Amino acid sequence: MALSKLDNLYRQVILEHGQHPRHYGELNNKTNEIEMFNPTCGDEITLQVKIVDQKIQDIKFQGQGCTISKASASMMAEELVGKDIKTCQVAAQAFSKLVMGEEITDGEDELLGDAVVLAGVQQFPARIKCATLAWKGLAQVLAKVGEKNE
Amino acid sequence: MIDVDTVKSDFPILQTTMNEEPLVYLDNAATTQKPQVVLEAINQYYMQENANIYRGIYQIAEKTTEKFETVRKQVSTFVNSASEREIIFTKGTTQALNWIAQGYFLDKIHPGDEIVLSYLEHHSNLIPWQQLAQKTGATLKFIPLNEDGDLDLMAAKEIINSQTALVAITHVSNVLGVVTPIAELSRLAHENNALIVVDGAQSVPHHQLDVRKLDIDFLAFSGHKMLAPTGIGVLYGKMEYLKEMRPIEFGGEMISKVGLTEATFKPIPWCFEAGTQHIAGVIGLGAALTYLTNIGMDNIETYEQELTSYALEKLSSISGIEIYGEKAKHKSSIISFNLTGIHAHDAATVLDLQGIALRAGHHCAQPLMKYLQIQASLRVSFYFYNTKQDVDRLVTALLKTKEYFENGII
Repeated sequence: MALSKLDNLYRQVILEHGQHPRHYGELNNKTNEIEMFNPTCGDEITLQVKIVDQKIQDIKFQGQGCTISKASASMMAEELVGKDIKTCQVAAQAFSKLVMGEEITDGEDELLGDAVVLAGVQQFPARIKCATLAWKGLAQVLAKVGEKNE
Repeated sequence: MIDVDTVKSDFPILQTTMNEEPLVYLDNAATTQKPQVVLEAINQYYMQENANIYRGIYQIAEKTTEKFETVRKQVSTFVNSASEREIIFTKGTTQALNWIAQGYFLDKIHPGDEIVLSYLEHHSNLIPWQQLAQKTGATLKFIPLNEDGDLDLMAAKEIINSQTALVAITHVSNVLGVVTPIAELSRLAHENNALIVVDGAQSVPHHQLDVRKLDIDFLAFSGHKMLAPTGIGVLYGKMEYLKEMRPIEFGGEMISKVGLTEATFKPIPWCFEAGTQHIAGVIGLGAALTYLTNIGMDNIETYEQELTSYALEKLSSISGIEIYGEKAKHKSSIISFNLTGIHAHDAATVLDLQGIALRAGHHCAQPLMKYLQIQASLRVSFYFYNTKQDVDRLVTALLKTKEYFENGII
């Protein structure tokens, strides 16, 4: 098959994020941390988050992963820093729908920002878990924070 | 000699395409393809002879029972066991290893005993022993690899000692293709009054294994890695040890006399085979063994060795490729590698689009990957139906993959 199908997956912006991920490294004043592991491929990321007053003030991630998982984590951090917990939870759900090939609303589309380019993953079912690893990690962190506040 | 064109035409799936390219199937360590004769044997069973075994007093039931037991004899001949009653059918290697651990060793292992494994183990020959060690208070020890990637036999001589209760080891690493010296390890184990359990999942399909020559106490392997269907595997044990092994599953067909509060069991091996067996799987396994025997296991080994050498030579000519365990002296037909700067997963997707099926990831051997200090790798694993053309297609596809990620050119 023509390798041109690849461009749906590896859009220029994804390759760029994969090679030069933003928000990569250690967060000194983190409030929460989670290690995420994809047992089918061995991808591992550690997500560190600083949450103050129900708002994500900063996100950093570290670890080993493929272009898709690194780019996805990088874009997620870029889009969600500065947003409140509720909004981030909506965004994480929207991202999951996006890569599964389900429809998302214009509002959700706006929330995801650049990360919508990862929609191409839906044509590569084996790679969906790579794309969702960081988002699932963040969703778990936010769920825990939510529980504590209740 | 293997006439690879004829062989290839025996496998329907090898005539198909993947992503509109002729399929190059290089994931045989995960599972092998099935030849027409195996598919037909299963089909014939379901179309013309479908009946449960042991219980029917009618012709097709008797015929199927006989076929089922003939395969037990075939397996026995294939691995040269002393008796076909030393052959127990299981779901696969994993179930066989769990039964050996829970059915035999649980009663035999004491606190302070040592269980010797290696760094090469697949999770299926690691987790059952971790569980056993936790239950019994035994300690796990691991034989390391030497610099070339071969099992470090010098270290093994230290690690296997009077504390050792059993050595449980893979015959061929599913990641590196490294072959372990089973004859020496079995001698070392027996000198120390320990037993040896061999995970033969990656070795029995590829070369003539003789349980008596290697003096193996327990052996486990899977049908689906040697042309047979999934869900059928084999547990071999020396009769003297099977006599002391407890059944893990109880129920129909494994019993002889049943009262309301107690029951007696059938003789070995039937006492281990509770419930209706995977009859179609056993019949498929029989057809697979006949097919393999007709080609000849020695021919298969020679052919695969030559193909692997060819592949190693071609792959190592790619700039920026890192091949793991390349220098190992004892290699089977498995090669793990990475392209520098390109994650295995990314590469595998690009290869998929070029019709190449291979494995990317940790290969169910996380401790080995950690030991090698890699997180994921690409793995090609050959069977006797693969060709030099398949290797050439792989190399071309890898070069295109590099081109795509390094220069963005398709």
